[in-house]
Amino acid sequence: MTISGLIFYVLAIIILVATLLAITRRNPMHAIVYLVVSFFAMAPLFYLLGAPFLALLEIIIYAGAIMVLFLFIVMMLNIGATPFATGQWLRQWFPAVILSAVSGLAMVVLLWLEPTEQAMVPMAMASPRVLGRFVYQRYWFAVEIASFLLFVALVGAYYLGRKGAKLEDTHDRPL
Amino acid sequence: MIVPYNHLLILASLVFIMGAACTVARRNLIMILVGVEIMLNAAALAFIAGSLQWRHLGGQAFVIFVFTVAAAEVAVGLALIVHLYRRTGSVLADDYSEMKG
Repeated sequence: MTISGLIFYVLAIIILVATLLAITRRNPMHAIVYLVVSFFAMAPLFYLLGAPFLALLEIIIYAGAIMVLFLFIVMMLNIGATPFATGQWLRQWFPAVILSAVSGLAMVVLLWLEPTEQAMVPMAMASPRVLGRFVYQRYWFAVEIASFLLFVALVGAYYLGRKGAKLEDTHDRPL
Repeated sequence: MIVPYNHLLILASLVFIMGAACTVARRNLIMILVGVEIMLNAAALAFIAGSLQWRHLGGQAFVIFVFTVAAAEVAVGLALIVHLYRRTGSVLADDYSEMKG
């Protein structure tokens, strides 16, 4: 096993353990911090797979912007640990386990049928200059649509988050 | 060079399955959004692995759009959560039962 292969398996174990811890924490704050660990481990994996620019984007956008946004909302709303509900395991985790088992079984079957089992992926590195040129030559229209999507999201988030006059009336209504 | 392509797909699939399980099982709306984020990240990993396997930059280009969609989705989703919290005072999906009659 080469040194890069060893790094891959170490990162994969970190990602899997951190994600598993993140989805099982009762407190959202702990879950989000574990998820930041998972994304930080995913960034060197992207670098290892030949995408240095996307590794930077992973840290800046995912671990930086999105997770901080989550933390900000958790702190703003003062959300504590989710209370335990009766019948929670049967009603919530049972469908999730069934879904996971079916998906994992499908994955095993598909990979079993795949003939190229031991084909090693090649080593390559796409510099940000090459990637940027490729994106703006081939997918310039998609870039425009993505910018429009971000603009719509900005307007929508502002509209939903503003303090409207109608919203305050229903604040202390019983559930 | 590094690992078989299958192992990359297995890692991406396991992360995706964990995200789907989180989305299905949790009651907290924030944790549901976190599950969607995990799934999008796993999809990005699969795209990058495919891009490396076939020596084509299209996969990496698409990951940029996946990140864009994730950012937009989180912004709107968290705004919706704040809106719902102001209306009902809760972020648990079980509490939104006003239309049950």
